[in-house]
Amino acid sequence: MDNLVEIRDLTITFAHSVDVVTGLDLDIPAGKTLCLVGESGCGKSVTAKAILQVIDHPGRVSGGAINLRQANGAVLDIAATKPTSPVMRHVRGADIAMIHQEPMSFLSPLYTIGNQISEALTLHRKMSEKEARAEGIRMLEQVGMPDPERRYDSYTFQLSGGQRQRAMIAMALINQPRLLIADEPTTALDVTTQANILDLLAQLQRDSGMAVLFITHDLGVVAEIADEVAVMYLGKIVERGPVKEVLEHPRHPYTRGLLASMPRLDGDFKAPLKAIPGMVPPPALRPTGCSFHPRCEWAVAGFCNMISVLETELGNDHMVACHAYGPQAAKIDKHATRTPAAVAPAERRAESMEPLLSVRDLHKHFPIRSGFFQRQTGAVRAVNDISLDIYPGETLGLVGESGCGKSTLGQTIVGLHRADGGAIRFADGEHEPADLLTARGATAKRLRTDIRMIFQDPTGSLNPRMRVRDIIGEVLQVNSRFSAGEIEAKVQALLSKVGLSPDYAERYPHAFSGGQRQRIAIARALASDPRLVIADEAVSALDVSVQTQIINMMKSLQAEMGLTYLFVSHDLGVIANISDRVAVMYAGRIVEIGSTEAIFRNPRHPYTEALLAAIPGRGVSKPRDRIRLGGHVPDPSQQLVGCSFADRCQYAQPACRAVMPPLEGTADHRFACIRADELRLRTVTGQPELVGA
Amino acid sequence: MSTFDETTGQVAPIAAVHQRGRGYDGHWALVWQKFLRHRLGVAGGIVVILAYIVALIPEFLAPVTLEAYNPSYSYAPPQAIQWGRDDGEGWRFLPHVTAYKTEIDYNSGRRLFVPDPETVIPIGFFVQGEPYRLLGLIPTDRHLFGAVEAGQPFFLAGADRLGRDILSRTIYGTRISMTIGLIGVALSLVFGILIGGISGLFGGVVDNLIQRFIEFIQSVPAIPLWIGLAAAIPQSVPPLQVYFLITIILSVLGWTSLARVVRGRFLAMRSEDFVKAARLDGCGPVRIIFRHMLPSFLSHIIATVSLAIPGMILAETALSYLGIGLRTPIVSWGVLLQEAQNVRTIASAPWLLLPGGAVVIAVLALNFLGDGLRDAADPYSD
Repeated sequence: MDNLVEIRDLTITFAHSVDVVTGLDLDIPAGKTLCLVGESGCGKSVTAKAILQVIDHPGRVSGGAINLRQANGAVLDIAATKPTSPVMRHVRGADIAMIHQEPMSFLSPLYTIGNQISEALTLHRKMSEKEARAEGIRMLEQVGMPDPERRYDSYTFQLSGGQRQRAMIAMALINQPRLLIADEPTTALDVTTQANILDLLAQLQRDSGMAVLFITHDLGVVAEIADEVAVMYLGKIVERGPVKEVLEHPRHPYTRGLLASMPRLDGDFKAPLKAIPGMVPPPALRPTGCSFHPRCEWAVAGFCNMISVLETELGNDHMVACHAYGPQAAKIDKHATRTPAAVAPAERRAESMEPLLSVRDLHKHFPIRSGFFQRQTGAVRAVNDISLDIYPGETLGLVGESGCGKSTLGQTIVGLHRADGGAIRFADGEHEPADLLTARGATAKRLRTDIRMIFQDPTGSLNPRMRVRDIIGEVLQVNSRFSAGEIEAKVQALLSKVGLSPDYAERYPHAFSGGQRQRIAIARALASDPRLVIADEAVSALDVSVQTQIINMMKSLQAEMGLTYLFVSHDLGVIANISDRVAVMYAGRIVEIGSTEAIFRNPRHPYTEALLAAIPGRGVSKPRDRIRLGGHVPDPSQQLVGCSFADRCQYAQPACRAVMPPLEGTADHRFACIRADELRLRTVTGQPELVGA
Repeated sequence: MSTFDETTGQVAPIAAVHQRGRGYDGHWALVWQKFLRHRLGVAGGIVVILAYIVALIPEFLAPVTLEAYNPSYSYAPPQAIQWGRDDGEGWRFLPHVTAYKTEIDYNSGRRLFVPDPETVIPIGFFVQGEPYRLLGLIPTDRHLFGAVEAGQPFFLAGADRLGRDILSRTIYGTRISMTIGLIGVALSLVFGILIGGISGLFGGVVDNLIQRFIEFIQSVPAIPLWIGLAAAIPQSVPPLQVYFLITIILSVLGWTSLARVVRGRFLAMRSEDFVKAARLDGCGPVRIIFRHMLPSFLSHIIATVSLAIPGMILAETALSYLGIGLRTPIVSWGVLLQEAQNVRTIASAPWLLLPGGAVVIAVLALNFLGDGLRDAADPYSD
């Protein structure tokens, strides 16, 4: 047995005898990183939990074997071991460790991280407290925790997100496990922090020679970290092989679909993305035959939906489970494609056109209050002197790490916050230009219907007590003189516009999936025929293929209705695909703004360079070329002198800390860096990357 | 798989697949479905409904009226029901109880009740008794059950000091005890929603002051405060007014916890995305509160209310037991328990504790009901 873990014919059953995982075979090779990829609901996490025997009630392993080769050479079938037995406890303590997406739920807030890290040592290796402390600090140093001696005695709330992740990794690795299971460990992190954590995991894996089972939905992360890839769909592995094989020559239509729905940063950024239609069905409704056939563009009726698929070896350790490569391959036309709906290119703005929205010197400070009488003792400068223009018919992308003030800017424009200073001028060409901050009465009412917002979380932004019809029609009921019949007709039209059946108007939001709810939220934003739509991380909470469906829909709606978007996101791939121009924000200010081409191909601010370098899987180059950002966004309640990025900038000089750099450059590309002219910044985009379908 | 329709490119709602029609169910339908899955809550709900039916028509359910007494049956123990009788010609079906003969035990000096098999008191359903008005409207003299011949001794649960039927009095006591909780909570609710709403809505200094005030009120020891307030009610006040004054006294403290719940909900709701979206839709504050926020936590308030009623019932029982709450001739479970104030009486006549049993059952049932409602209040989380 060459593999550390061999899973054979594993079946995991939940309540009402629903099989979430069916007959899964998976080998985890020793000393390598295996990535398990798939959309949510495919059974990735539950498979990982089965290896540790920690499946949540009422799930249980109902068949198959999980063979673990132990350190002494003996083979242990985990599936046949009782979850509470001492053997299993020993496996969890010494052989297999796990890290999660959310370190706050993994680490106890009541104990110092040192306490939690050393607990495993005193428990499993019977170390003295002093030895354990020394070992714990050494471990923290190894995972790159700054100032490990002091951090050892810190509580979780005193650490930043990346530091918590490091603490959790230290805790998992303290007993030198032979297998580390990492369940989406970087999904909740900023792109810059994610890059650092991925580097760390790769380095730890190389140094210790442990095996890593890395679960993710992001193929960029796969390209970055994996040695081998297994693609999972509805409880089964559909394709498996070495990372280069699978990403460069994907065979299974599901793998090809996942790759095609990823925004690309080589070639044409704005090339329309091809989404996998539909979504992962619940396991109780697993389709017959090949379970992927309803979403597959190659599917042949009367064959794919009847006959279940077998695994086919293609050589080079490349396995695929698809009829197109099986004994009856001739029946399937591998060139059959479902053509993506053609997206008419939005009208390019004329250079002389007047901006639809001009933001000038905008400030938004959140007061920090304390004491009984709530006296103001400070302020968080979330939006600090921002000026920008948005032209009619374009999409302006707004990027930055979390905490940089990008959401606050969007919410201030739409009117959820009252700005503390500056002006926002709105000129739609039909009415007199108006200032959003001073408008009152009828003008304010009109502006509210002209500027609309889409929220990030489609579950929270739809009132669960109201029918879809009332949710979408609310703005019409409140603001205009439409009759009930007109509103009804309008809601129906909007529903078909966003790809939902007009019959759904009578239902409640809980009847819909996340992607469908976001479609409803978009319909609500469009109900008042707005000119400007502010999308605040509108696709960030969605699965890859659903995300692509929504992006494509938003693009075609833009062309159809002449919309202007302010698209706020932390995902640079999405931004590149949807935006005409991009603004990069840092610590409440815009540090660089320009056309998408200019920003991605010719970044002039070191922060933009670092953000681009952090996108996983792009331009996989030699590690020494990498730019990695340490630290985090400065505390916005501190008044900063000089460039706010100077503390994290590898090019910073004393002069940078002396003056605040102004936003300068041409009308098409402006940046705020005093050294912009001398620096030769690199970009990773445009280089060949994952070669897809 | 029916979730994706290739011809239209549309995706059907998941509920359409799971369970046809579920997507059309509104909030209250979902709350109801989830509540029905909480067995204990449903059982509690049934008991509570029965208790309120008793409170509505005690005249019909009780065998005798409040005033009926039989001095020779002072502290008489419960009579056992016998189903038939052998009168020499064979066994005959005749539900009855037997009267008691009294004997004096000269050793202990106590009166003993000995069943007298000769004096048969036939009992039955829908017997004629004292006339009354059902629900205060319909004049009748039928009682659900009792001695066939009105006025004969019939003490299923024993008798008290004056020879009054404990069972009948407990049934009458249900009316006051169950309603005092309702009215007290209703008063608390008005104050709670009003003050909590103001606190949550305005925030800042107003919120701070109200919260400190609530903390002050909650820090006042409850029983001494009640005693003080109850003692301030003059003896000359008619019993009915005492009843209302007591409910007010109970809600003086009761509103604080409700106000806290309402404020918390308001604060949480204010930052919900759908409330922000409603603001962006142009809804005014009144529309936001009544159309978006209030419906969202109404079910939570109902659950909190059903959990607050038992506290009121217990408080009334405690006050009346101590003799500073309600007074005869008004009969509540607490008033009835006054009879059981000394150990010797309880030792010789434990049936006097029957109203205490009624309190326990009512409080438990309301708590179970409230638990079930609280779990069902947010039906989207499962």
